[in-house]
Parts: sequence; C-alpha cells; structure tokens
Amino acid sequence: MAKLGPSSYSPYPVAMYESILNPPPGKALMYDEIVDEEIAMREAAKAMLTRDNPTIFPGPQVLYEWNEEAKEKARLVRRIADTLGAKIIPMYDYRPKYPKIDPEKEINPNHPNLTIWHNNIKACIFVGVHCHYANVALKIIRAETDCFTIALCGNAGHEDAMITLRDQHTEELEKFIRVIEEVKRELGR
Amino acid sequence: MSFNIFKINEDLKEFMPPEIVDLEEKATWGNPKRGVMDLPYSKELLEEHSLCAGCPESAAFRYILASLPNPEETIIVNSTGCTSLVFPHIALHTVHSLFGNQNAIASGIKRVLEWRFPDKVKDVIVLAGDGATVDIGLDCTLQSFFRQEKITTICFDNEVYANTGGQESGLTVKGHVFKMAPKGKQWDKVPIWQIAIDSGCHYVARLTVSSPKKVEKVIKQAIYVAREVGPTYVHLYTPCILEIGLNSDDGLEEMRRTDKERFKFFEYMTDEAKEVIQRKKEEGLI
Ligand SMILES: Cc1ncc(C[n+]2csc(CCOP(=O)(O)OP(=O)(O)O)c2C)c(N)n1
Ligand code: SF4
Ligand SMILES: [Mg+2]
Repeated sequence: MAKLGPSSYSPYPVAMYESILNPPPGKALMYDEIVDEEIAMREAAKAMLTRDNPTIFPGPQVLYEWNEEAKEKARLVRRIADTLGAKIIPMYDYRPKYPKIDPEKEINPNHPNLTIWHNNIKACIFVGVHCHYANVALKIIRAETDCFTIALCGNAGHEDAMITLRDQHTEELEKFIRVIEEVKRELGR
Repeated sequence: MSFNIFKINEDLKEFMPPEIVDLEEKATWGNPKRGVMDLPYSKELLEEHSLCAGCPESAAFRYILASLPNPEETIIVNSTGCTSLVFPHIALHTVHSLFGNQNAIASGIKRVLEWRFPDKVKDVIVLAGDGATVDIGLDCTLQSFFRQEKITTICFDNEVYANTGGQESGLTVKGHVFKMAPKGKQWDKVPIWQIAIDSGCHYVARLTVSSPKKVEKVIKQAIYVAREVGPTYVHLYTPCILEIGLNSDDGLEEMRRTDKERFKFFEYMTDEAKEVIQRKKEEGLI
C-alpha cells in the first residue's frame, strides 16, 4: 500500500491499517519509512522535477489572506511552483460540486482523482489543505491513481501521502526551495 | 473567524476561478443594509442551484441569502430534502443535519458559538422543508422553541415530501392527492405558525415568496429578534410545481393566487420583539 500505483478503494484508513503512522516531530515519512526531513525534501523535489505534469494543490489555509503567515506562505508556495516549474490548481473550498467540476481549474476533495486523471498529473503537492480533507483526498488519490503525492503539512502530516513533511511553516518552506534548487543543479536543469 | 477569510492572497489570485474572485470583490459582505435590491448588481452567495427549473424554492433561497444582515458570521443548518441539494452551492457555513434533527443541531451550534465567541454576533438559522420541520422533526423544532433557543427557523412549505417523490406531509392540505398519497389526505393541514406562537416564538410570519422585499423584511426581523430575544419562525409557501403539475413559469402565479387566501400575509410579535424591530428600524437596518 505504501507503494506507488492504484491501491483500489478501501473503506478503511489504508496506510494506518498497514501500520504506517505519521512521523515524529523533526522527522518525515517517505513511503513507509521514517527519514530525516532533508532526505524527504530531496526525494519530493526529485519527484516533482522528474515526473509528468507536476502540480501544486494549495488549499484555503494558503489561498486566503486570513493572517500574516498565510500571506507569507502564499508567496512561498508561488515561489516553490516557479522553482519547480509546476502548475498550480487550487482546492479553494471543500463543497461537493454539482453537476461537475472543471478539472483544468480546480480540484475538489470529494473526487480529486478527476483532476489528476484529466491533467495526467504524476506528482503533486498538497499544501494548506485542512487535515480532514487532505486525508480524504490523499486516500482517494492513492486508491485511484499512480500519482506521487507529497504533503507539506503545518501539523502532524498525512500517512496516506507518499512523502509527508510535517510542521512546515515559512522557515521550512524556504528550506524546501533551497533543496529544490540544489536538486535542480544536480539534475543539470 | 476573521473577515479576511474571504480575501484571496495576491500571490495565488490568478489561479482562482472567477466565481471565487467575484465572491471577494463583488459580494456584499460587512454591510447589514444589504438586501434584495443588491441582487442585480452584486455577486450572489448562491452560485447555481440544483432544483427543478422554476422551482419557487430557488427564488426563496436567493431572497433569503441576499437579506442576511451578517452573512460572514451566519451558519445555516439544513435538513434532507430538495433544499439540501442547494447547500453545496452556497458560499456560507452550512451544516447538513440528519433529517429532522436540524433544530437540535442548531441549538447546540448557537450555544457553543455564544460560549466560544462571546464578543461576536453569530446568527444561526435553520432552513428545512415541511416534512423535516413539521413531521419527522416536529419534536426537535418545538423543543427548541420551548427552550427559547436564540435561532431563526425557516420552513420551506411545499406541502409535500417532494424530494422523495410525493408523499403527504403534515402540511399537505386536506383532500390533496399526491403520487404516493392516492386516496387524498384525510386530515387538516397542521397550523404550525399558530403552534409556533403557542410554543414560545417571539416573532412568527407566514407568507409566500412572491414579493422579494417582503421576504427581506421578514427575514431581517426574524434574525434580529432571534439574536436578542428568543426563537423566531418564518413559514414560506414555496409550491412544488413538479408535484402539483404546474409549468416552470407558473410558480409565481400560484403564489400570487394563494397570497390572497391560504397564505395571506400573517405576522405575530411579542412586545420584546416589537421593541427590537422598532429599534432596528430607527437604526435604518430594516
Ligand atoms: C432520517 C431520514 N428519514 C427519511 C429520509 C428520506 N427523505 C429524504 S428527503 C425526504 C422528504 C423531505 O421532505 P421535505 O422536508 O418536505 O422537503 P422537500 O423535499 O419537500 O423540500 C425524506 C423523507 C432521510 N433522508 N432521512
Ligand atoms: S421537486 Fe418540487 S420542490 Fe423539489 S425542486 Fe422540484 S419543484 Fe422544487
Ligand atoms: Mg416539502
């Protein structure tokens, strides 16, 4: 289950059923392994730089200017996208959308697979999505697609993502940008 | 919650769909004088609706959402039914309750909000169909009135269980035949507006939604009284054109017809409610 590729739908919290838990503070989760943050950041950067149609899905916590940190994080998310050369598709709210979503312009937590299928996204980053909806969406993506998922989480992380980086605030996001630049150089980009 | 929750970060604005940008730039937030007259000029809080074409409930929704004096601090609790399919399109905090439980849930939300945000005004509104309000949820509806919960209850009375295909409800009129009530209803329509008065509501109104301005006035009065005094109840006739066999453009005519008879405008208020309404009028808020 910790591997890449459709895991098929299960009503249970799949990763947790396989004893995959969130990383302890200061560490990160890569597949089913607890690793140093730096290592996970490098792997995340590599996935976003080498897989097809890398995309960042920012959620309400960074899309809206509800405090100073959110404003600063939005600026950094934009910089991450520019550095990676990734697309941005927002998850601006969590309402189920009828009759259909526009998968080129939005991603909805209730059927995130539609956006991923439509744009053939093979690597993505969740940032600023509230925990519950990130969990729901990541579980559906893991069940239905072969997209490499990365969670940049401000809290404890998401075991359903292939890489989860926890306690990510402005300082950590700045560090991630530096890591991306390094990996880019190594890849000769 | 901060009012800035509606402000989009400049760095990511270009990726937001226009309807969300419009909510920030063209919707009427922070203005208690907002009302139905803004409808042609401002961004509505309802994006689109999933009701039948011409369903009067859609008009009711638009008028109510345009009239909320404090939308940024309003929570609407709804119940299953045709109305519940509209809630995902509304740009407000809404909570979907188990069918019939809406007034109990709203009571809890209101109490917690008062405790959690003692220095903020938060309006809690229940919006549900006649089946939810007067049949399956009657217990919760009335108990919230007895307990004097400071919430506004709005009933969309289409005189039938519409969403499940036409069963009779307590608010169906005697003798009416529906697809799943083939013998015709054998009992009278429940006079819920009177029961609301007897159960302790401080403001009660019964009307159709044929007149947008009247709906606005009633909704504002009900909300202001609920804020300060106690439970209020608004009964709106929103005929189910599908189940009574009318065309899409017949809803308004049906409401105008009943304006003169069964749903003649009726309003009740206690002295405390009168005082609030008078004060709000003087402040230019109604
Ligand atoms: C606990 C529960 N019982 C029954 C139902 C089935 N149900 C769904 S909609 C509905 C009728 C709703 O009627 P009303 O409240 O009048 O709303 P309308 O659809 O007419 O607007 C019923 C009985 C349900 N969803 N949940
Ligand atoms: S079934 Fe009736 S109440 Fe429901 S949306 Fe259609 S017309 Fe409106
Ligand atoms: Mg009904």
